[in-house]
Amino acid sequence: MIDKFRADPQAALARIPSGATIAVGGFGSSGRPDTLLDTLCDLDRRDLHVFVNNVGGDLTGIGRLLAEGRLRRITCSFPVLPDFYTEYFAGRVEFELIPQGTLAERLRAGGAGIAAFYTPSGAETMLADGSFPLCYDGDGEVTERIPAKEHREFGGRQHVLEYGIVADFALVKAYQGDPKGNLRFRLSARNFNPLAAMAGRYTFAEVEHLMETGELHPDDIHLPGVFVNEVLMRSNTSPRLPVGRSS
Amino acid sequence: MTETSAEQRVTGRDREGVAQRLAADLRDGFVVNLGVGIPLLVPKYVPANVEVILHAENGVLGMGPLAPQGQEDPDLTDAGKQPITLMTGAAIVDSATSFAVVRGGHLDVTVLGALQVSGGGDLANWYVPGQNPAVGGAMDLVAGAREVWVAMEHVDRKGQPKIVERCTFPLTGRGVVTRVYTDLAVFHIAGGQLRLAECAPGITPDLVAERTGAPFVEDLPG
Repeated sequence: MIDKFRADPQAALARIPSGATIAVGGFGSSGRPDTLLDTLCDLDRRDLHVFVNNVGGDLTGIGRLLAEGRLRRITCSFPVLPDFYTEYFAGRVEFELIPQGTLAERLRAGGAGIAAFYTPSGAETMLADGSFPLCYDGDGEVTERIPAKEHREFGGRQHVLEYGIVADFALVKAYQGDPKGNLRFRLSARNFNPLAAMAGRYTFAEVEHLMETGELHPDDIHLPGVFVNEVLMRSNTSPRLPVGRSS
Repeated sequence: MTETSAEQRVTGRDREGVAQRLAADLRDGFVVNLGVGIPLLVPKYVPANVEVILHAENGVLGMGPLAPQGQEDPDLTDAGKQPITLMTGAAIVDSATSFAVVRGGHLDVTVLGALQVSGGGDLANWYVPGQNPAVGGAMDLVAGAREVWVAMEHVDRKGQPKIVERCTFPLTGRGVVTRVYTDLAVFHIAGGQLRLAECAPGITPDLVAERTGAPFVEDLPG
């Protein structure tokens, strides 16, 4: 019998080693898997490469991973946290900045077996011409830049080659999940979660409600359990409110 | 009080006026994405007989006004992470589908602020060198939307033109802007050519030329 429910987040996430690549769902604090991220910090993992849209506005979630020095590289479109830039300019974390739609499609592609694709987003900009600093040394000098992206013209417009993302693990958050790993999201907390889940070779889903098999109607499942390996209950101590009125 | 000349007192439209002027050009059924700044003032001026569908990058089609205090839902925010409401008939999608809307030509207009716009339609609006870089969905929006309308002040805080021959700030996209709405004028850009389509009330083409850093052709009504 397939039963993907796991009671103990620490025991479940213990299989994630330091140095892993991890795709993470969420947009700001909306749909962010806080329980899983907190557990990862508690497990003292380091040298992580995380794919996520935002480094949140506070020191929870990805912000906590950053503050505790657990990140080697972050691939995202919009860091919010000022501390992130402090760490980046000081040479303590690498920053691969990519357009938000490119991040979404790279995750989708990776999860769908598409090695690479051409997109017009970012063509002929400093995110594609080899000039954007990926990392600095401790003296503020650039030590490496995001490599130039192959440009190619389609229909008279420039496009850039972008690669699908396949991560060692994915951490996502859903509203409801069942023992088969089927997930249902709620409102705009869906965002990157199904895409991150697809891009992970091994995917953990944190849910607000554990459902019985059959309770979720097949037509109402947003992401089938084939993309999910383990389902865990969201801790009721994980932050939910407030939603910040800042960006 | 310092003396100001008659010319300096001519201010054209205020920010609300720019938003109102732009809103008058939205057509019934348009799918529209709004950036921060003046663009966020646009919804309240959409004419009553015009229905537009507001898109937010995080997967909302049919966004309504901000949620009233006390009725915020952490699972329902706009692209600026502010709590919002939904219009009747709204739909929610994942981020990949949301950007399929954007890049796939299903977004009629994106309305954005700008640091600089070149006469040929290049846009710079994501990064001021020396500050903290972040891009979000800006590059996808300008690459994908059928029209890119910029709503901005005609000159920057130092009085320098924001419409320039060549952008000096890093580009968001090349040759993407199709219209520019400012406190002084409305420009259309097509085929790499900047055309003055309208002056704000009380503003002359000469004044617009004085405060514009790129050559343009006059294409005024009447």
